[in-house]
Amino acid sequence: MATEILMPALSPTMEEGTLAKWLVKEGDTVASGDILAEIETDKATMEFEAVDEGIIGKLLVAEGSEGVTVNTPIAVLLAEGETAADISAAPKSEAAPQGSDAPATAAQAAPAHAAPAAITPAPLEPDWPEGTELKQQTVREALRDGMAEEMRRDDTVFLMGEEVAEYQGAYKISQGMLEEFGARRVIDTPITEHGFAGIGVGAAFGGLRPIVEFMTFNFAMQAIDQIINSAAKTLYMSGGQMGAPMVFRGPNGAAARVGAQHSQDYAAWYAQIPGLKVVMPYSASDYKGLMKTAIRDPNPVIFLENEILYGKTFDVPVLEDYTVPFGKARIWREGSDVTLVSFGIGMTYALEAAEKLAEEGISAEVIDLRTLRPIDYDTILASVMKTNRCVTVEEGFPVASIGNHLSATIMQRAFDYLDAPVINCTGKDVPMPYAANLEKHALVTTDEVVAAVKQVTYR
Amino acid sequence: MATRKTKAKSNTSPEELKAFYKDMLLIRRFEEKAGQLYGMGLIGGFCHLYIGQEAVVVGLEAAAKDGDKRITSYRDHGHMLACGMDPNGVMAELTGRIGGYSKGKGGSMHMFSKEKHFYGGHGIVGAQVPLGAGLAFADKYKGNDNVTFAYFGDGAANQGQIYETFNMAALWQLPVIFVIENNQYAMGTAQNRSTSTPDLYTRGAAFGITGEIVDGMDVLAVKAASETATAHCRAGKGPYILEVKTYRYRGHSMSDPAKYRTREEVQKMREERDPIEHVRTMLLQGKHATEEALKDIDKEIKAIVSASADFAKESPEPDLSELWTDIYATQDA
Ligand SMILES: Cc1ncc(C[n+]2csc(CCOP(=O)(O)OP(=O)(O)O)c2C)c(N)n1
Ligand SMILES: [Mg+2]
Repeated sequence: MATEILMPALSPTMEEGTLAKWLVKEGDTVASGDILAEIETDKATMEFEAVDEGIIGKLLVAEGSEGVTVNTPIAVLLAEGETAADISAAPKSEAAPQGSDAPATAAQAAPAHAAPAAITPAPLEPDWPEGTELKQQTVREALRDGMAEEMRRDDTVFLMGEEVAEYQGAYKISQGMLEEFGARRVIDTPITEHGFAGIGVGAAFGGLRPIVEFMTFNFAMQAIDQIINSAAKTLYMSGGQMGAPMVFRGPNGAAARVGAQHSQDYAAWYAQIPGLKVVMPYSASDYKGLMKTAIRDPNPVIFLENEILYGKTFDVPVLEDYTVPFGKARIWREGSDVTLVSFGIGMTYALEAAEKLAEEGISAEVIDLRTLRPIDYDTILASVMKTNRCVTVEEGFPVASIGNHLSATIMQRAFDYLDAPVINCTGKDVPMPYAANLEKHALVTTDEVVAAVKQVTYR
Repeated sequence: MATRKTKAKSNTSPEELKAFYKDMLLIRRFEEKAGQLYGMGLIGGFCHLYIGQEAVVVGLEAAAKDGDKRITSYRDHGHMLACGMDPNGVMAELTGRIGGYSKGKGGSMHMFSKEKHFYGGHGIVGAQVPLGAGLAFADKYKGNDNVTFAYFGDGAANQGQIYETFNMAALWQLPVIFVIENNQYAMGTAQNRSTSTPDLYTRGAAFGITGEIVDGMDVLAVKAASETATAHCRAGKGPYILEVKTYRYRGHSMSDPAKYRTREEVQKMREERDPIEHVRTMLLQGKHATEEALKDIDKEIKAIVSASADFAKESPEPDLSELWTDIYATQDA
């Protein structure tokens, strides 16, 4: 019986990919384990292996096709004794989208997708002078550029972590950096977070400016003693004699379907610690500009990235030396009815909600905090004094969240301006479940943000 | 205390060889199916396949008795099948359905079975090793002769908590077998790029723990080592280290570009050292089984695996109320 071979999902976040190269041709006999094609995913080029044996009856998607969505039929596999004539009788394979009865055709496969549009805000006070040339970059590229520019500028800056050098980064952030800076400055470590974080802190005491990458911040829990007890407190304990000018960075928060031990937002944890600075950017230009500031800062900086944002495209200014200061929020959208405060990936929900609310005639002002230590209280308070209502949005747990802290601050400093209690939209008070339906509910949703706004605006 | 290399071969029987063949084939076919379901989007997140390493768990389990415990990392599907967990329940956990061992809430990396004394499935590299020693602590405390198999990788072998555990396990003579599954890579890092000295089985020497290196592509060698180690632990002589040399054929997880080794290297292992082919050859050359008989086994295994895939697709997603259950235990009534 002829079966369809479908475009595979090869990573947790892959939705589509490029069929870079066919390694088989029509008429070839293949066995389980044979490499059929090379497929470029959002992270890497991967070899795609045959699962079943058979004869390649037809290649449905030409090599070089971009934007082939997962589960699109890409080839037909014939069983022994079948011929190409049997292809039209090929049953829909198990994973084909339900409800479409049309036979697989080449036309249906491989729609040529345009490059994803950049997310462009209308910032009230742009971070760059008017007329500056802009280019579209992913968060991943902008972050790498930020690090690389600082490494060119200052020889004491180096990058260390698991798989950062030869593998080019587990999430491809340090792509090309080993080649440019060599093994002295781009250093693969064993899987020993507590140890290499400590070595990083010691190197900072010793006059270097380490960037310590955690493959994800979940694994930084192994190292948190060195981060807090050694990096954050030494300046104070030494009466200002020595400290740890360094950056701890890596993806933070939920990715997709990786379960409880790999999906946690640590923003509130680190924001609690005096002696640390904490950055959690949303846009590519902020990733770049804040990373450069973080590397130059004379204190330990926690730089919280997000795997889902890595592939998102934004406008980035083409400037010689673009930095963004700590403690300055960015207003992404001006509004008069409610203030939405968020940071990092939470901004996606806040901006989406603002869009939906606008359709219903509710005008939301959307503030991206960008840094959580220091926090730009002035921008939040000025906005709340204007709108008289506030909803905070974050992916982390609800108890002792950043939103809780903002609510308390607003209550103390703008109590008379509030027309409704501040609502905190957060992730649910449960470990992250694996099941797809449960995971969706465990995360904060745009609908929850919209509902919260309606509650504070009494609609 | 000694570190040694053994070539001991276990006594075996045609029946046992056939059972090994079946158990290893089940793991291989199960993992191939899981890879396929991942590609179809039915399994999400991280999914670490055990293909190539089958002889390790099957050989170790051969010397286990009822009451023994096991704990491992995220590369756990093989361990679960080898200790007798139901393929349906494992596959349904991979698809995140209510019929899975953790009701769909744990996923590939976090699965458990109290009944089979399988204590997970852990996503944090190295964390399962002190946990395994803790299980052994409980058994010693209770005064029985159970042992715990604590599995970890060559990459994990550098984590500091493992050496803290070695010290306490030796100090308190805990009945734990530290099984280092040395598949020669930690993600994209070849062992020689992460480890100052290559012989991991000698790493207990400073703590007085006997270590042994084992050919992990030969199920009989693994079984023999498991017999020695379990006898040592059951006799109250404390922990034991087995460094089992093995190889993973597939990528680290599904999204692995595999640029750190050559296709030829993998192909050579598959052709020359495959643990399943090894047993198959022994069965055929010893005339313990005919081609026909082995084909029947293949069919039987295929049927089990495709039934597990069907179960995993048909089992419903957990009810949304499950989001809020199992966060706190309640007092037994
Ligand atoms: C503490 C920690 N750091 C990093 C990771 C990411 N990670 C997952 S598996 C892995 C490689 C482990 O290799 P090894 O111990 O050899 O086991 P194998 O995957 O080969 O079975 C890494 C770095 C993690 N899960 N936990
Ligand atoms: Mg390994």
